[in-house]
Amino acid sequence: MTFLDDFLIRSALAGLGVALSAAPLGCFVVWRRMAYFGDATAHAAILGVALALVFDTSVFGGVLAVSLLMATTVTALSGRAHTMDTLLGVMAHSAIAFGLVAVSLLQGVRIDLMAYLFGDILAVSRGDLAVIWGGAGMVIGLLVWRWQALLTATLSPDLAHAAGINPRREQYVLTIALALVVAVAIKVVGVLLIAAMLIIPAAAARPFARTPERMAGIAAGIGALSVLAGLRLSFQFDTPTGPTIVCVAAVLFALISAGAALKGQTAG
Amino acid sequence: MNLITIRDLSVRLGGNPVLSHVDLSVDTAEIVTIVGPNGSGKSTLLRAIIGAQKPTGGQITRAAGLRVGYVPQKLHIDPTLPITVERFLNLPHRVSRATWRAALDQAGAGDLAGRPMAGLSGGQFQRVLLARALMNDPQLLILDEATQGLDQPGSAAFYRQIETLRRDLGCAVLMVSHELHVVMAASDRVICLNGHVCCHGTPEHVAQAEEYRALFGTGTQGALALYRHDHNHSHDHGTCEDHSHEAAE
Repeated sequence: MTFLDDFLIRSALAGLGVALSAAPLGCFVVWRRMAYFGDATAHAAILGVALALVFDTSVFGGVLAVSLLMATTVTALSGRAHTMDTLLGVMAHSAIAFGLVAVSLLQGVRIDLMAYLFGDILAVSRGDLAVIWGGAGMVIGLLVWRWQALLTATLSPDLAHAAGINPRREQYVLTIALALVVAVAIKVVGVLLIAAMLIIPAAAARPFARTPERMAGIAAGIGALSVLAGLRLSFQFDTPTGPTIVCVAAVLFALISAGAALKGQTAG
Repeated sequence: MNLITIRDLSVRLGGNPVLSHVDLSVDTAEIVTIVGPNGSGKSTLLRAIIGAQKPTGGQITRAAGLRVGYVPQKLHIDPTLPITVERFLNLPHRVSRATWRAALDQAGAGDLAGRPMAGLSGGQFQRVLLARALMNDPQLLILDEATQGLDQPGSAAFYRQIETLRRDLGCAVLMVSHELHVVMAASDRVICLNGHVCCHGTPEHVAQAEEYRALFGTGTQGALALYRHDHNHSHDHGTCEDHSHEAAE
């Protein structure tokens, strides 16, 4: 008997793992205007679920493989195509459509589609928890390791080149981190809401921050707060947990933005 | 000593030739300016030199261990990215406080350290970019249209700063500019580029060259003379020097 036997504690730890890794990565998604890129990668994950069931492998592995494939494809294309916005729109939505069709074609397998679309945080097992924290640790480690180079490449690819940093390589670092976060978060918030966990805490943190590091730290705090408050509220009002977490984050974002706007008005 | 030597450089972008058979060298402590119309390959040439653009032909040779400071064209920082001047100067490597302080002072931006980058004026922003380029004690400073968006007094002040830096630090300067009249007078050598090197030499030589006049007309002559009037140092004139300029002074 340990404290991990309590499903609420497991859920909270799973949510925190996702929040702490998604928030700093989400800052880069916001700074580099990759929101749609996050969507496309996350939506491809449902295809990964279908493939994992077909080949009878772990869902984490299937999702990671397909997300990685999607993210690298989009990254490779982004160097050439000028109509990125359209292309990402096409890929994001067709990925989820193909995924849903593929899942429905599976013979003799009954899966709870809702659990993958919106997450099933309350059903997180000890094994899931290990996968989530393993993945989250890798994402955080990757970001800490490449932080200075990533920031430089984000500010200006040419400045990065002049300093001997290959911005293309840093882009792939983000790509891998993104695929990892998607694979880790699918159980917690589901494919449709992963992008929200990336973007909303980062956007909410912006008014408080003067440096990139502070923004990433505050975003992680807001993400963690959203997870804990969301869990509590979903328990109290019997609402779906993943969407409730995102709702809390969105309300925090709205309050902070309104506060910042008011402060800006009185200051101006 | 040549800091950088370019032989027969060619670059194609999306199948179109942007630069063909460009030869260029930059010597210790000289100011070389590249002029040319829009789309003439000026920025591409600089990007090839810093390694951001792969050449399709020819070669670029740098002196061993060459330290390059690069000032890009106006940099766009997304408003969602909070960053102070101090933090910006600590990318991609953390440097000591004394290092970035000295660089800011050299660039004439000593009082900006705590300011958010997003709140700087165009001139302040360019000075911070310049400070950043100065931090590794460069032997060669590369500036890509560094005064874009500055008014005329602002850009004149910026180029005076560059000349001061060259004098104090002894670094060579390779720059691209649109502002012919200001830049021509502040350079030791001018390279007129239009996909290939049209003509090159001292500012006076290039201003007289037919190829240059075909690209820019003769309108910049008067301004060149006027500007030279403000400067009390003398250039080592080339053989094709036109003495009518001296008369204007």
